[in-house]
Amino acid sequence: MSQIKNIITPLTDEVVKNLHAGDAVTITGSIYTARDLAHQRLVAVLQNNETLPFDLRGAVIYYVGPSPAKPGRPIGSCGPTTSYRMDAYTPALLAAGLKGMIGKGNRSPAVIDALKKYCGVYFAAVGGAAALLAQRVRSARVIAYEELGPEALQELVVENLPVIVVNDCYGADLYQEGVRRYKKEG
Amino acid sequence: MRLIPFDQIRDTVARLCIEANCILGEDVVRALAKGREIEESPTGREILNQLLENQQIAREEMMPICQDTGWAVVWLELGSQVKIDGGELYDAIQAGVAKGYTEGYLRKSIVADPLRRKNTGDNTPAIIYTEIVPGDRLKITVQPKGGGSENMSEIKMLSAADGVAGIRKFVVDRVWRSQANPCPPVIVGVGLGGTFEKCALLAKRALLREIGSVHPDPFYAQLEQELLEEINKLGIGPQGLGGRVTALAVFIEAFPCHIATLPCAVNINCHAARHKSAVI
Repeated sequence: MSQIKNIITPLTDEVVKNLHAGDAVTITGSIYTARDLAHQRLVAVLQNNETLPFDLRGAVIYYVGPSPAKPGRPIGSCGPTTSYRMDAYTPALLAAGLKGMIGKGNRSPAVIDALKKYCGVYFAAVGGAAALLAQRVRSARVIAYEELGPEALQELVVENLPVIVVNDCYGADLYQEGVRRYKKEG
Repeated sequence: MRLIPFDQIRDTVARLCIEANCILGEDVVRALAKGREIEESPTGREILNQLLENQQIAREEMMPICQDTGWAVVWLELGSQVKIDGGELYDAIQAGVAKGYTEGYLRKSIVADPLRRKNTGDNTPAIIYTEIVPGDRLKITVQPKGGGSENMSEIKMLSAADGVAGIRKFVVDRVWRSQANPCPPVIVGVGLGGTFEKCALLAKRALLREIGSVHPDPFYAQLEQELLEEINKLGIGPQGLGGRVTALAVFIEAFPCHIATLPCAVNINCHAARHKSAVI
């Protein structure tokens, strides 16, 4: 893999433009957890012109529903969940200032277009490397939707969270390119 | 009759839930390590490295390998000479799952209704399958099953005329369409024959087989090998980012079939192929 790029949240256009599909990246700073139900609620908030529970401008959302923290630990195991379930909500969030997403699995053409249009980036974390990823989380705090249990919206402070750029702001897609490179016909 | 105490069953199930989720089977660890040796993609090798390091951390810290600690699928082989002392068998299983998922800091991923979606809070109900067998023992297997890979599973009622070629096309295509979503490298469980629902159950049970084990029927052993080779030509690779190691194993369970049918079910498991058994 190429040299690892370290980035700090919140993200600017300048940082996003420097990221390319295939880059190994580590993320440091605050990121926000949200998955299926939290996305439904965030988009409803935007549609009703209400106030979001966090500042979306430059933000990175992590698609994760962590396991419960053991006493004395900030978080339990916390690997990514599959991203396509959030596709329907993603363009609206990017339009409102979201810059980055961490998940696993392919995104829809509409999401890939929105990443180009709004200068955003989609990262993959290694699905199932959940105990390893938990070691990079310094603190976790529920900021909204506590009643959703593992789907609550949390602010995580992470240090050197390892991810890979899959979809950059130029329209490249590492899933398609990677598989094309290794596919054997017949 | 032999009496088995309710509490012993409950506590055994609780322990199996925790161990299955935190300690990856040696067969899976060996398969991931072997995958790292043969993987051609540098990104793929780095991912397999992370997965091997992850299972080590999980084992040492007794943390879940994956945050999706799954549906608790519980397989029982109940000796006909067993009687439960102090309560009902299924109550003991459900109590054990609630205890294990709560005391083990495992994620509660079950909602009480598919449309109204309120979390049950303790990961119950478990999915329980019971087989009555001769003897006075109770064998319990807990198989935590994640949602991401379950979503990539499918059953198809093929025509008898579709034969081996039809099976091959459906199984390989199912993995191809799944791409990165079920967290490859995957284990592919294939059910063949039976009725519609029996076939799906065969595919799920196939996932309990030890990686590296050979099907006792040479016909199916060969078909498993051919399907594995074909799947590993797809190029999907670890986490779908391209590579050789797309599947660690293909396991087939076949069952007698109606003259008019050829049901085929594919149940996909992520690389965190978890199951633990105990005999009481």
